[in-house]
Amino acid sequence: MKLSTLAALTLTSLAGLIIGICGSVPSEADAKPVSYKLPNETATFKPGPNLEVVQNNCTACHSVDYVQTQPRGPKFKEDFWRAEVTKMIKVYGAPIDEADVGKIVDYLTQTY
Amino acid sequence: MIDRRSLIKHSGAAIAALSAGLTSPSLRAFAATAALPFENGERPLVKYPQKRPMIGLTSRPPQLETPFSVFNANVITPNDAFFVRYHLADLPLNIDPDAFSVEIKGKVDKDTKLSLAEIKKMPAVDIVAVNQCSGNSRGFFNPRVAGGQLGNGAMGNARWRGVPLKTVLDKAGVQPGARQVSFNGMDGPVTDKTPDFVKALDIDHARDGEVMLAYSMNGADLPVLNGFPLRLVVPGYYGTYWVKHLNEITVIDNVFDGFWMKTAYRIPDNDCNCVDPGTAPKATIPINRFKVRSFITSVADGAKLKAGAQITLTGIAFDGGKGIKDVAVSTDGGKTWAQASLGKDLGKYSFREWQMLVRLTAGAHELKVRATSNGGETQPMEPLWNGAGYLRNVVETVRVTAA
Repeated sequence: MKLSTLAALTLTSLAGLIIGICGSVPSEADAKPVSYKLPNETATFKPGPNLEVVQNNCTACHSVDYVQTQPRGPKFKEDFWRAEVTKMIKVYGAPIDEADVGKIVDYLTQTY
Repeated sequence: MIDRRSLIKHSGAAIAALSAGLTSPSLRAFAATAALPFENGERPLVKYPQKRPMIGLTSRPPQLETPFSVFNANVITPNDAFFVRYHLADLPLNIDPDAFSVEIKGKVDKDTKLSLAEIKKMPAVDIVAVNQCSGNSRGFFNPRVAGGQLGNGAMGNARWRGVPLKTVLDKAGVQPGARQVSFNGMDGPVTDKTPDFVKALDIDHARDGEVMLAYSMNGADLPVLNGFPLRLVVPGYYGTYWVKHLNEITVIDNVFDGFWMKTAYRIPDNDCNCVDPGTAPKATIPINRFKVRSFITSVADGAKLKAGAQITLTGIAFDGGKGIKDVAVSTDGGKTWAQASLGKDLGKYSFREWQMLVRLTAGAHELKVRATSNGGETQPMEPLWNGAGYLRNVVETVRVTAA
């Protein structure tokens, strides 16, 4: 189920990317209103425990690549991810339920 | 061998297809990637409107890094290759320049609103200045730190045109007792619980005549993702102060205490602005001027060169506004140094090109480059560390083999 969902998501994202590139490119020659079309996101979370919780909470404010590009290795496990999730809540005001914090930290620790 | 520049692992054809902005790009083109030379440094090459293929760090909000080869092609970074860094995902994507205005308020004699047309009618100034992300090169930190894992491409050098901030502040009339000026742009957070991105400068800095409201970059309108239609240019200062889509300027009689000044973008308050790796500083101050840096741009890490042949090494150097005094190059890992010749002086805030002729004996060589500013500041041989991953300016090393 997860795999097919991911595949569908990826295809949708790619389709969006094409539309993004075909979107209007602002003129530099005059002062006409500018309408800028960002390409759609392509990065998706890897399968893992509590994926839906992670999806619902993290991607409200930022794309998945924010997670994917962080350093990896033994020093970037539970403590690191707990600090990141805490920062999102305390500093950036992310409306994450207390009950979800552990689930998100688990997913991030096990998956990245 | 890992290329220390962003190694573009794709056929030229696909890159060309991306550059051309074809109306029906093949999906194959999106397989283009770059590999930054640190662990987990794989990045997609992404194509955004008004931009050539860039190293994609994040997409929402967008953060795009300049492929390093761009810095060897021209001392002025083209607009379509200039790096992009946003903090918050609510971007102004529909902008009517005729309806745009910037407001000057707070401790001023009269609240003032200036349209873009009014600003463009004021006497204009030009300055060539480097903009560099505070966290440029963060991916090279050891031990690694959280944050945007950038290579060396979150910097660029452009000719900015606009009006001095001083002129605009004088028009509104700064009142006695003013201490700082805060700057807000049209971009904002997606939830009102997230602190809006607002930055501040001391009043004397704001009125130094060099800090500028820029509407033009390299002779063209600012690209949307670089702050169209108006951005703050703070020569010599890290990019965090260069507020994009600038529409709100507030003169205050205290020290601005918003999150992005009081808590974020802080550096250790000591001589080196550094701490022992893994430790926290006792006290911090807001990040400010660039540390002096230099790069070899003509030769990539891992390059194979011809032994005994005359080779022209070229590169760039810059600092926080004193200007570059000299650039020294070593071909033996830092044992001996020779002075490079400096290129045209485009101003003390610009990249300064340098070049040096070298001959290499057969074998492996470590090429190093070290700049010294007119203020006497130079680059450390070993990297300095801070927990936020800012200010990197270690002497860069390029490893080559001559045969």
